[in-house]
Amino acid sequence: MCLGIPAEVLRVEEDELRTALVSFGGAQKQVYLLYTPEAIAGDFVIVHAGFAISRVDPSEAKRVFDYLDEIGEPPPFAVPESGSNS
Amino acid sequence: MKYLDEYRSRPEAERYARLLRSSVTRPWSLMEVCGGQTHSIVRFGIDSLLPPEITLLHGPGCPVCVTPVGMIDYAIELAARPDVLFCSYGDMLRVPGSERDLFSVKAAGFDVRMVYSAMDALALAEKNQHRQIVFFAVGFETTAPAHAAAVAEAKRRGLGNFSMLVSHVLVPPAVEALLSSPESRIQGLLAAGHVCTIMGTAEYEPISARFGVPIAVTGFEPLDLLQGIALCVRRLEEGRPGVDIQYARAVRPEGNVHAKRMLQQMFEIEDREWRGIGVIPNSGFRLRPEWAAFDALRRFGGSLRFPPAAGRSSECISGLVLQGLKKPSDCKAFGTSCTPEQPAGATMVSSEGACAAYYRYRSPFSKNLI
Repeated sequence: MCLGIPAEVLRVEEDELRTALVSFGGAQKQVYLLYTPEAIAGDFVIVHAGFAISRVDPSEAKRVFDYLDEIGEPPPFAVPESGSNS
Repeated sequence: MKYLDEYRSRPEAERYARLLRSSVTRPWSLMEVCGGQTHSIVRFGIDSLLPPEITLLHGPGCPVCVTPVGMIDYAIELAARPDVLFCSYGDMLRVPGSERDLFSVKAAGFDVRMVYSAMDALALAEKNQHRQIVFFAVGFETTAPAHAAAVAEAKRRGLGNFSMLVSHVLVPPAVEALLSSPESRIQGLLAAGHVCTIMGTAEYEPISARFGVPIAVTGFEPLDLLQGIALCVRRLEEGRPGVDIQYARAVRPEGNVHAKRMLQQMFEIEDREWRGIGVIPNSGFRLRPEWAAFDALRRFGGSLRFPPAAGRSSECISGLVLQGLKKPSDCKAFGTSCTPEQPAGATMVSSEGACAAYYRYRSPFSKNLI
């Protein structure tokens, strides 16, 4: 129900609802950016029930990968050192 | 798709699985609140990647599943009026009321339409000004701003033939009710990422402190869920409850201030019955009196009835499934007398209901066995 899909903003009309054309991986749809006044063409937004609920922050988008490095989890396919119990 | 596919990487998921295996020392039970998260966990087999110490409990975060039978019955009454064009999200049509569902009303020839957005219902109101357009406004905090915008827009366009049957539910009071139950096994929570894009995290800090549970505001893709679990487990192992935002690419601590302002203007809080759980104080939204002209309950009158027995099957345990107390496979009706085609309980209807997710991805009847 709370499904939210990331979409790229292609064009925004500055009307009451900030009617916009967005692309879901190529599929274009009209949605409303009323609640994301900061979102402009080229940004990604999370769309739910026809409305953008959040602008995707690109600087935060890598955190899920960085966390593994920060915590010292070895990268995939790394050969464990002999004697390691990890 | 950007911001979707990269969070489904198997090598990175295996790194998270390894991290969890190396960091967990005791058994922990975590609840994912949102049905969308449940669906992802079952679909991608996230639980099968976890060490045996970690148990995931499936939460009540499926608005379709918790809409009370009395509200469905009232919706059915409205939909069966010849002057009404009734609009609903598709999932709601097959949810059993006390005697029948909305789909059977449609099959009987009444005008029941599936819409993607409340704005689609508004467009129908504009095209059909001689008819009453009723939109079934079901959802959590995530969906409420879209519904509020439709009401505000109906007023701006002077569409007096548009109204909403509002059945909105709020997550934090339900989470508090579950954590307060003596039967609760919840030690950590994955809070619903999209609810928090709107509401932020302020409501979760006092819950974490009061119940001593770590809470990770978590997204919906496999790596999001695994990181949310890792953040919770880290806090549990260190005995340090608190709130983390895993889904930081979409959630700010303050939430969406524009949407919250609209919710303030449009809705007030009321007690709400949750199907399978009971009445939870202060857990619903209704339209404020100044928007009464758009409230279907006030426009059409009558009142909600609350029939005691829900569903068609006495075996159905969907209430316990919704509270994370039972798994779908614990139910005798699961996959036998209860299927997505003939659901006994609402958790078998919505794709985000735990029973429907288990049926699709886990049962011997599954066409997509993994």
